[in-house]
Amino acid sequence: MKTWLEDVQSLTMKGQIKIPYTWSVGEVGSRFLLALRENKRILGNRCSSCNLVYVPPRKNCGRCFKDIEEWVELSNEGIVTAHTIVRFQYPLQSAKVPFAYAVIKLDGADVGLVHIIRDNLDNLKNGVRVKALFKEDRTGHILDIDSFQII
Amino acid sequence: MEMEMEMDNIAIVGVAQTKYERRKKDQTFYEMVYEVTTRALEDSGLTLGHIDNVITVSNDFLDGRTISSMAVAEAAGGYEKNISTVEGDGTFGAFYGAMRVLGGFKSTLVVAHSKGSEGDIKYITNAMFDPIYQRSLGIDAISAAALQANTYMERYGITEVDFAKISVKNHSNAKNNPFAQLPLDLTVNDVMQSRRVADPIKLLDCSPVSDGAAAIIIANEEKVQKARTKPIWIKGIAHCAEDYFLGDRDLAHPKSLKDAAKRAYKMAGIINPREEIDVVELYDAFSYMEPLWLEGMGFCDPGQGGKMIDMKITTMDGKIPVNPSGGVLSAHPILVAGLARIIEAVLQLRGEAGDRQVQGVNKALAHGINGPCGQSHCVWILSRDK
Repeated sequence: MKTWLEDVQSLTMKGQIKIPYTWSVGEVGSRFLLALRENKRILGNRCSSCNLVYVPPRKNCGRCFKDIEEWVELSNEGIVTAHTIVRFQYPLQSAKVPFAYAVIKLDGADVGLVHIIRDNLDNLKNGVRVKALFKEDRTGHILDIDSFQII
Repeated sequence: MEMEMEMDNIAIVGVAQTKYERRKKDQTFYEMVYEVTTRALEDSGLTLGHIDNVITVSNDFLDGRTISSMAVAEAAGGYEKNISTVEGDGTFGAFYGAMRVLGGFKSTLVVAHSKGSEGDIKYITNAMFDPIYQRSLGIDAISAAALQANTYMERYGITEVDFAKISVKNHSNAKNNPFAQLPLDLTVNDVMQSRRVADPIKLLDCSPVSDGAAAIIIANEEKVQKARTKPIWIKGIAHCAEDYFLGDRDLAHPKSLKDAAKRAYKMAGIINPREEIDVVELYDAFSYMEPLWLEGMGFCDPGQGGKMIDMKITTMDGKIPVNPSGGVLSAHPILVAGLARIIEAVLQLRGEAGDRQVQGVNKALAHGINGPCGQSHCVWILSRDK
């Protein structure tokens, strides 16, 4: 044992990394976000090989590794297939606790969309029907859908 | 995709890990890497001159610097050596290390480090989600895991009590592991009454924030002769990934684990894992993961994972003890945790696991995950016998 170690006070140093990014959304993603902004419509797309309808839409089907060409307009309604009511708060969350994250299978889609549910949490369970609530001021962002509401 | 693979004989000949702690204020991550590199060499009886090739495992967000791997090169003995890096769990880093040895290097040192205490894990795990569709929702590792736990429970009628039993078992096992961070005497009631974090997950269903490092040395047959340790042979290794987006996946069906396990078993010549594997060290970042991963590994049928503990199969005195070390629930240095699973399996196979030693271990399974909710899995089959 080195004796000098006992006399050392271990210091720490505070810092923060803050880097602005401007991510490209891409043409597929832009069409999806523009549909939210302009028409309050949720678009998916269908792989012509396996017929899976994706949302958010993709450039390619990861499973078939083929381009996806066919656009599909999805319903603004669907069912909850998984959920969690969140009890802890930290600054990056998009809602005040308690709120829920849910995997929502929109009518017409084959995969789930992850989004939030703010209200009526006592009635939240898997299988319940929900509907997208759009914001008044939309910017072409996933949170142009404010949340999903239980119907 | 089916692949016939016959591997050259390669073995793990040196291991080292730090004690895992909530905050290692006395050490930089560089110093942790130096500590375990030195101790893994000592353990093996090899010198740095015997090591041809170094692999570091790190994450830039955790370390708070870019190309974090290069910042530990000298601590890892990488000076004037072939050094490369893996950003992912330590099992994947070790997989790459094994490939290096199979590819012609005689020995590889793999070292992983992380200090969860220095940044903010919620911010860092939020950043693993894509920035366009998911990140701005604020989702993080815990709330994503809660979606998986919810899916798993509802699919099979598994309960929060079933998960609580895992937490009780693994924290109790940790009492026998001097490296563990959270040895705890718990009751199911303690877990059930702990703070609700994201339903159905409660505080004691979660692994802790941890600091630590670990290293292993993988050698070919020639270098095995020069090491002083009992070599632990790598008989089967495989990994597999599935969809990135949570909504694309069936969260209650760990498909990629099933594939990885199947390939690793095939490579190792294992036909019935339940009969042939003596101990399992798996990546239980949350209590529900242990039964779900056991299903994926084929130790039981889908939906039956919760019964493995009730049948006393996975307890310390059971047929296949799972996580005698206390598992990831008892220490979760991200990235290091998978390498720790390999190290624990090696110690079990050498008969050097101290108070947590399982008797008569000939084959062990070690497991790690990458990506949200086990998007990809890496399975290792290790053996006393060549």
